[in-house]
Amino acid sequence: MISTAITDLWYGFGVALEPHNLMYCFLGVLVGNLVGVLPGMGPVATISILLPLTFGMQPVPAILMLSGVYYGAQYGGAICSILLNLPCHPPHAVTCLDGFPLTKQGKGGTALGITIIAAFIGASFGITEMVFLAPFLVKMALEFGPAEVCSLMLVGLLAGSTLAKGSPLKGIAMTVLGLLVGIVGSDIETGQPRFTFGVTELFDGVEIIALALGMFGIAEFMNSINNTETVDMKYAKVGISDMFPSKADLKLAFWPMIRGTILGSLCALIPGTGPTIASFVSYATEKRISKTPERFGHGAIEGVACPEASTHSSVQGDFIPTMSLGIPGDTAMALLLGALIIHGIVPGPQLISQHADIFWGLIASFWIGNILLVILNVPMIGLWVKLLSIPYRYLYPSAMFFVCIGVYAANNDMFQVGETLVIGIVGYVLLRLDFHPAPVLLGFVLGPRFEENFRRSLLISRGDLTTFIDRPISAFFLLICLVLIVAQIYVWLRKPRVVAKEQAIETQVPATSYSEVAG
Amino acid sequence: MQDRFRLKRDYYAGGLMVLLGVGAAVTGTGYKFGTLARMGPGFMPVMLGIVLAFIGVLIAGTALGSSEPDDNKFLPDNPQWFGWLCIIGGPILFIILGQYGGMIPAVFACVFVCALGDKTATYKSSLVLAAGVTVFGVVLFHYLLSIPFPLLRGVNL
Repeated sequence: MISTAITDLWYGFGVALEPHNLMYCFLGVLVGNLVGVLPGMGPVATISILLPLTFGMQPVPAILMLSGVYYGAQYGGAICSILLNLPCHPPHAVTCLDGFPLTKQGKGGTALGITIIAAFIGASFGITEMVFLAPFLVKMALEFGPAEVCSLMLVGLLAGSTLAKGSPLKGIAMTVLGLLVGIVGSDIETGQPRFTFGVTELFDGVEIIALALGMFGIAEFMNSINNTETVDMKYAKVGISDMFPSKADLKLAFWPMIRGTILGSLCALIPGTGPTIASFVSYATEKRISKTPERFGHGAIEGVACPEASTHSSVQGDFIPTMSLGIPGDTAMALLLGALIIHGIVPGPQLISQHADIFWGLIASFWIGNILLVILNVPMIGLWVKLLSIPYRYLYPSAMFFVCIGVYAANNDMFQVGETLVIGIVGYVLLRLDFHPAPVLLGFVLGPRFEENFRRSLLISRGDLTTFIDRPISAFFLLICLVLIVAQIYVWLRKPRVVAKEQAIETQVPATSYSEVAG
Repeated sequence: MQDRFRLKRDYYAGGLMVLLGVGAAVTGTGYKFGTLARMGPGFMPVMLGIVLAFIGVLIAGTALGSSEPDDNKFLPDNPQWFGWLCIIGGPILFIILGQYGGMIPAVFACVFVCALGDKTATYKSSLVLAAGVTVFGVVLFHYLLSIPFPLLRGVNL
């Protein structure tokens, strides 16, 4: 088992080190790091803009690049949180709590150094987890019939909507809305056009890029225009020499990093729990088991190391359910899944055997990408810090241009631009009503496959609904769904106490006016 | 008591979901429903529509029950009508000018109008930004990525 994994990994390095694959991997992490640093641009919007540009490429470099954007953004996001106290990227919101006090004490460089070490350890563990766990999951998943796939998707959808930020009911509403949007277009079995209202352009369904850019691009810009805080650059002066942490700091941060890594990798395995939840959970845990909890919030180095390690290990681990089961853990993964489908690759258990080059190439590229990111971040930290001062008034018009031309380039069709605009306006209305758009994309991507498998499993059982309970694996997944729902009701009934405890950390995080939803 | 019947934001939210759900379910009844064993194209839309409407009722219902203070305004504290108009206007201009003018006027107009939406922006700063992005966009998308989008329609550049 281990020896095959290592041989496969060796093959993956061969794929990832091919010059053009390496180039696109580098491009991906560079762009990712860039948007991670820039306040107001999220990885989801960036991946959707880049997606149409990959249509002409081979699938391998395309997927390597798009994934690079996702984990690259996590490195950049920490800079913003620690130096400016701006939680532009949800997973790093909790890093602000101790990162910014450290910056005020003049130890911002040390915090960044620790962050990079924590990130690398976390990511490495997440990748290792993927190497050994994914083939095992695949073996299990090959036993799955349509009923099991259906129930598993239900777990993913329910977890994604109830565990995300905001009210769980609204999350479920958004998932269902996403499923409905996924229905638009011709029915797979009969060809009957549904919800197209006679518009020919909608027969192929709603374009995933239009949905993502409308919800995470245009709606976000409408939310944050003239609403962004002026960036305070007072403390943001960091050179390379400040980046190396002292021995005492390293000693203090070592165990929190390990604990964060393990917590993050566990979170990644549960479908629907992305890096944001992982970072909050690990911060809370670290604070609880610390001998000096009063230091937290006033510049404790553990409070930076633990959530960062956990974020990165969860980001890499997130690829496991996406790649091996075809069930994305969060929005960015849903988008990557969409990218795979566009490139003609069916995500699911067969992916590893049929497209070994993509799977093992991707894993190898994670390592290469993470090393590239460390190289990018340490010597060039001054440049990234300078980028922080780019005002929002230059950023969003340029981003609007990328949105328009990106959507146009997907099909060379102006209709899609209009579609994006409409989705953006609807998205903003939903945002104002406290709906978070992430579950919409999840529902949209999984919707068609959910319907297909649901129909097929009932066709096989001749309309007998008990097929979902009779099959043990499927029953187990449904049990998880039930637990999720019961847990939510329990929390809701005990709202005053439990929620107050849970939100104690969240309220400490400085409020951000933009990109808080891109998780 | 009066507070309870004040229109809260969650009533709008729940109401909107009910509206969307009922709309989807009603539209879905226009397609063949089928049976459980042989589902027609109308099965999922109707079911999902009903679920969505039900959740909408729950959202509005929990808002009725909770005694928490809730801001009842739909609009943000400082509505940015001009900013929103600019963000919506940019893509509209992009579509019209792109269809009849070509890439250069479309990109320029889109960025210029969007940039005006910021309250610190001036005509000059927006012009400079628009020009810069246009040059960058043309180089990247026309010359490097060569997407099929004529720079200026009718003029062979």
